[in-house]
Amino acid sequence: MSETPQPSMSLASPDTYSLSNKQKLALSLGTIGLLILVLAFANFGLSANIWVLALALGLISTGVVLYARAAYLDKIPGIKNDGVWYKSISSRGILGWLTGVVLTSFYIVLYFYPNLLGLGVDGAANTGLIALFDPLSQLLSGRDASQWFVYGTLYTVAILAFGYKFMLKYKHNKYQQLRTGSVMFFQLGFAFLIPEFMYRLNSDLPYYDLKSMWPLNYYIFDEWSVKAFLSSGNIGLGLIIFGIVSVFVISPILTYKYGKRWYCSWVCGCGGLAETAGDAFRQLSDKSTGAWKLERWLIHTVLVFSVLMTTAVIYTYLGYDSNNFWLTKDLFIKLVIGFLTLVFAVIIIFKHKELGKDAKYGAIGYFVLLVALLVMHFTGTTEEVFYIKASSLRAAYGLYIGSIFSGVIGTGFYPILGNRAWCRFGCPMAAVLGFQQRMFSKFRITTNGGQCISCGNCSTYCEMGIDVRAYAQKGENIVRSSCVGCGICAAVCPRGVLKLENGALEGRINSNDILLGNDTELRDLINKQK
Amino acid sequence: MGNRKHAVIIGNGIAGVTAARHIRKNSDMEITIISSETKHFFSRTALMYIYMGHMKYEHTKPYEDSFWKKNRIELLQEYVTDIDTDQKKVALQSGDALRYDSLIIATGSKPNKFGWPGQDLPQVQGLYSKQDLDKLEKKAPNNAVCKRAVIVGGGLIGIEMAEMLLSRNIPITFLIREDSFWDGVLPQGDSELITRHIFKHHVDIRLATNLKEIHADASGNVKSITLAETGEEIQCDVVGLTAGVSPNIDFLKDTSIETKHGVLVNRQLETNIPDVYAIGDCAEQHEGIGNRRPIEAVWYTGRMMGEAVAQTICGHRREYNPGHWFNSAKFLDIEYQTYGWVFAAPRDGETHFHWRHADDDKCITISYDKSTRLFIGINTFGIRLRHETMDRWLTEQRDVDYVLQHLKEANFDPEFYRHYEKEILNSFTSQTNQITNA
Repeated sequence: MSETPQPSMSLASPDTYSLSNKQKLALSLGTIGLLILVLAFANFGLSANIWVLALALGLISTGVVLYARAAYLDKIPGIKNDGVWYKSISSRGILGWLTGVVLTSFYIVLYFYPNLLGLGVDGAANTGLIALFDPLSQLLSGRDASQWFVYGTLYTVAILAFGYKFMLKYKHNKYQQLRTGSVMFFQLGFAFLIPEFMYRLNSDLPYYDLKSMWPLNYYIFDEWSVKAFLSSGNIGLGLIIFGIVSVFVISPILTYKYGKRWYCSWVCGCGGLAETAGDAFRQLSDKSTGAWKLERWLIHTVLVFSVLMTTAVIYTYLGYDSNNFWLTKDLFIKLVIGFLTLVFAVIIIFKHKELGKDAKYGAIGYFVLLVALLVMHFTGTTEEVFYIKASSLRAAYGLYIGSIFSGVIGTGFYPILGNRAWCRFGCPMAAVLGFQQRMFSKFRITTNGGQCISCGNCSTYCEMGIDVRAYAQKGENIVRSSCVGCGICAAVCPRGVLKLENGALEGRINSNDILLGNDTELRDLINKQK
Repeated sequence: MGNRKHAVIIGNGIAGVTAARHIRKNSDMEITIISSETKHFFSRTALMYIYMGHMKYEHTKPYEDSFWKKNRIELLQEYVTDIDTDQKKVALQSGDALRYDSLIIATGSKPNKFGWPGQDLPQVQGLYSKQDLDKLEKKAPNNAVCKRAVIVGGGLIGIEMAEMLLSRNIPITFLIREDSFWDGVLPQGDSELITRHIFKHHVDIRLATNLKEIHADASGNVKSITLAETGEEIQCDVVGLTAGVSPNIDFLKDTSIETKHGVLVNRQLETNIPDVYAIGDCAEQHEGIGNRRPIEAVWYTGRMMGEAVAQTICGHRREYNPGHWFNSAKFLDIEYQTYGWVFAAPRDGETHFHWRHADDDKCITISYDKSTRLFIGINTFGIRLRHETMDRWLTEQRDVDYVLQHLKEANFDPEFYRHYEKEILNSFTSQTNQITNA
């Protein structure tokens, strides 16, 4: 057969594979904006003037906005996926790989060579790209920029600009618009502005993005962080209590009511970037059962690692004597073991039937963790656990999980692995929420009786690599721990088969060998035989 | 093959594959599926999305390639030339033969051709098979090669083909025999809404227009068509024939299997020959079941027949006894669902209630009995309904007033979508009042 049209270099144009003049103009504006940043990066004699930065960011945003308007504004509302698999950028073509390389390099420089970006060391003034952001940082928090401030600003601009594009693309879909508005709000307010303002109010407070919970925020219980909170008076104490309450109380309640989507698709910054700037890559996620297997091992391993690491870190800075501080090493380890045992017992008692073979894996995970904690307790000192420094454990986690997995691979590989590789394979927060979602949430994606035509749009556009169709064509609801509830499967379904719902727990997980619409007696007979 | 019985299925579409899956669930038989089209089962309804670039061929396969081996279902990419029902053997194009104990014919449809001059030119095609898709990709890759396409026949496949070509900015002339799109099936209000929607997409739609002839240039390629009514000549490079389909059963003509338009079957989906069954698009009931047509060329009915015939083959002989009618489609950007029976024109004793949204992209039509007010069926456009609820209301024989008062319970639109149930109910109440007052 003949091949499909030449891979196009277009980014989003829904009905032609070449760019319109408006889109070319938009692309040029955005490129000029990026070029200014590159010039700053190369120390090309740009003055660190807030107007230069405003011009650069303004051109980038204007470029994206104009591009999106040219692509979607005049179009009749509907699904805009024409040519996705013919475009180089969105089908792992040359542009896709190039983008991947550029993004990955950026993350490597950001995490490991911030000096290349112009970070001033030992009190020296910033230069290059970071210096360009100094005036904005001064304006917001009264201090010079760091590489994280540069990253945070670009991140926020990306979510806002591409969020606008996403909202135009789904202008007929209220759910998509609202949740995109929500991630834009949380990124701009909670992740970007509020922490800067908080620093202005109280410079002892560590950077704290209120919506970023442990274990995603893996450094919140670090000694320096806890000390900084506790030394900042009531507000600091309040914040750390909020941090603990949000993991153990607020998040389970919200996940029970709405599924993990309340976080992953409405609040989270990683999710926010994935859904906006990463939207063009959602179809690249791997849907094979092999990938699903890998996902389950990997994400739960990260979770175990993060629980161990956090426990070890806290453990080492706690004391032995309860007269100094009520929480001692001994009490802490007992609390952790007690909590894990409680969770494990409740699951095994109430859910073992539903879990089947997975219960065994859960049990293995639990006992590994338990033994590790006990070994740690009996071999641990103030410095070391498992005969290695707890701080090394923490550093390893920060390096391999916090930086390489979530940043370099998670975001750098958007154009290769899809936009949610981190959320799917690595995020320990997603593992916790997913566990809650699978065990006791009202959330599910309902399948509409016998209406599925097995076309595969739902599976193709599932960024989490869930084979949605496998459920829909059996008339079975989708209850999967990895589902972030983005709602795109329901949006792209041409037959109205899928609906995200919060309903009764009873009958949430169903399956039918004979689908609705056929002989009712046969349905009853077959479904009874099961 | 050992001692186990062998079920041979000709055709790997939804009907044949569903039958195979259910035979596997219920028995230890050997199962072979033969298809010359593709090795693996793909979703025929998704072919359009490959051309449009929404998916690749790989994505349209409902089961991973390892599924078949795991479930011990043999796949044979071959063409069946003949069936020897006495010896219980199918003859293959390669010269081989395959013995069967049970044979299921599930060969689907082929596009209708009505003897138009030029209908066999190389750029003239239907849109049914993977091969048709490949051909369209070759003949209409972009609007430089295909400057205009003409689509003949305003049905479900015609509108899909239009959507495909639009995705590549290929100008379309759409010839529709009827006065309004698909008005042999859809009530006037519904049909006209879709017709206006097609206009909005800048399709040159010609109503009440028939094809007279397709012309070739000197090298034998399509260059234009002429219209029957006006004799107007329209330049084009590709002609899509989408005036319905008919059973794909030519290979049976020398066998003793009884056929009419399709393979004739009884309610158990058995043909006149023992151990030979037919299901899906190619099967024809002696009489339509209820309001259904004798030949049902629909994805869902293919699946249901597959579910039913598997029971019979596995020793639990059953009738094909479908429940309440339902169907769905998508017309460019507008989704369509139907539950129960809504005919183009109300039958004796029935009447239609029609509501249309001011934006002209949503409407519903409800069919009900004038005297008993029994709810008979509903068409919705741009509004999703819950299959389970509609099916239950049909079983419970609800009246139209109940359905309209409870319509919100059946809504299946995504969260935060605007609801129209109140508006619909008000419209119904005022229309009914006008009738009573008149």
